[in-house]
Amino acid sequence: MSDAIAKTPEGKLSDAAIRRRMLTEFWFYFSQNKGAVVGLVVFILMVIIALTATLIAPHDPTMQYRDALLLPPVWQEGGRAEFLLGTDPVGRDMLSRLIYGSQYSLFIGIVVVSIALVGGIVIGLIAGFFGGWIDMVIMRVMDIILAFPSLLLALVLVAILGPGLTNAMIAIAIVYQPHFARLTRAAVMGEQKRDYVSAARVAGAGNLRLMFRTILPNCLAPLIVQATLSFSSAVLDAAALGFLGMGAQPPAAEWGTMLAEAREFIQRAWWVVTFPGLAILISVLAINLMGDGLRDALDPKLKRS
Amino acid sequence: MFRFILSKLLYLIPTFLGITIIAFSFPRLLAGDPVLLMAGERGVTPERHAELSAQLGFDRSLPVQYLEFLGRLLHGDFGNSLVTKKPVLTEFLALFPATLELGFVAIVIATLIGVPVGVLAAIKRGSWFDQISMTSALVGFSMPIFWWGLLLIIFFSGFLGWTPVSGRISLMYYFPNVTGFMLIDSLLSGQKGAFASALSHLILPSVVLATIPLAVIARQTRSAMLEVMGEDYVRTARAKGMPQRRVIGVHALRNAMIPVITTIGLQIGVLMAGAILTETIFSWPGIGKWMIDSISRRDYPVVQSGLLLTAAMVMIVNLLVDLTYGLINPRIRNK
Repeated sequence: MSDAIAKTPEGKLSDAAIRRRMLTEFWFYFSQNKGAVVGLVVFILMVIIALTATLIAPHDPTMQYRDALLLPPVWQEGGRAEFLLGTDPVGRDMLSRLIYGSQYSLFIGIVVVSIALVGGIVIGLIAGFFGGWIDMVIMRVMDIILAFPSLLLALVLVAILGPGLTNAMIAIAIVYQPHFARLTRAAVMGEQKRDYVSAARVAGAGNLRLMFRTILPNCLAPLIVQATLSFSSAVLDAAALGFLGMGAQPPAAEWGTMLAEAREFIQRAWWVVTFPGLAILISVLAINLMGDGLRDALDPKLKRS
Repeated sequence: MFRFILSKLLYLIPTFLGITIIAFSFPRLLAGDPVLLMAGERGVTPERHAELSAQLGFDRSLPVQYLEFLGRLLHGDFGNSLVTKKPVLTEFLALFPATLELGFVAIVIATLIGVPVGVLAAIKRGSWFDQISMTSALVGFSMPIFWWGLLLIIFFSGFLGWTPVSGRISLMYYFPNVTGFMLIDSLLSGQKGAFASALSHLILPSVVLATIPLAVIARQTRSAMLEVMGEDYVRTARAKGMPQRRVIGVHALRNAMIPVITTIGLQIGVLMAGAILTETIFSWPGIGKWMIDSISRRDYPVVQSGLLLTAAMVMIVNLLVDLTYGLINPRIRNK
């Protein structure tokens, strides 16, 4: 992207103007993809729901209404207006639990991606920048982590660390981290031989400055796309761990945990199973749609074609 | 070709050693005394503790322990389950065909549907078929399969009553275990209805397990086809006046298949992770359910060796994919 800016005919541009132009260009390509815009809107909505959960949820998500066990949604016979989407087997309001569940999913996504991204970038930068045996050792370790099916390794890590949301997030982050390390390494190795890096080196920039200020900003595009994809996978995997009883523990209103608790009622109460899964599907789908759009907007190869 | 295979095999050795180190570390990383954990929940007397400790080798230094661990592995000794007391390898081999059958049928479903859909979507780029199939593919790709499995059970088993909810075959059939694959064994047994029963048990789990690979394969096939169809040789073939069917079938499809085969191979890891969830939902007696049960039963030797065997299996399948890849594409073989 920096090349494109350098070639603009109008003499000098201020930094802010360049940034604005880049954003405009980005938005132009992103908004070409209708699905991506829909995904973005749903995602923003989800963020708003998560942030305002205490205000918009009609009930406390852990409050058990003993007179309202397994009530169907309001439009079905037997439903009550105060419980729009019905109640679960111990009388908790489904809608409120779903609303609070969005907090968990967003939180999980943000934490997992942050840990995996930072860890992967540092490891990948070191491997790509120094090369040689350091690179060899690091990349072999990454290969080993990738040799395990991700969910299985996460499960075993949780078995070591103990079940719970925090440990589940750490486990998933460890499992995702090699993808970022590989991408960063590949990008760094590509960028390192370019003239601007040599120029910075000749100008006396130290290794740390070269790694983080000179090279890293030019490797960000694939990392951003990978981060989006990992965000959605993290939401899925955390829900899967919750479903298997290894993630967030009851009574947490985490969607996967809710599904696990609802399993035995699938023949009697369709709503306790349907809604949490639908919430997972919609949020993961929205993030994946966004990811597709980001890839279109950030990948220069696709732009030209 | 021989050198290609040899280099790939040599490349696997450090990865395999790494996997054994992870499996070796597992019981030693658990909080608490590994001997007590290995001995189970009832606890042991101090004498028995020392005896077990010596027997399991925990009284020696870590490098020595690791070498002994490797030595046992090379002799095919993967330890015994704490719960059933049987050798872990025996259990693994007994359950593995169930997972293999499920995974194989799933990948066949995913490929047989995914590749044609991807090809057609690429040929009819921008059409309603392209849009609908690619939207469905993205939905499939985003699917929490444990929920998808429950929905299918509600609909097909609960509402329609068409398929059974769990297991591999109805209990009324019994026949010798020849291949370990229920579909084949039931046919071999010659019992009326056995095959139908096995198939009806297999269909929902394999559809659930196929969902994500199907979506990935369809998307990958479409983009590989689009890329190939823009190549010069396809344009030349068209310019020569070759019929569309031949251009696509011979020139485009064959070249587009190379990345698609890699994608199909890469789904093995995805399948293994999916098998854990699918087998849990459908009570399918395979490796995935065995692992998750062992984790919750704290049967650590099983978790340790199961982890090792699963990773080794994924690694071998990936090697086979790499080799196939080299077979189809000489450019890779001779690099």
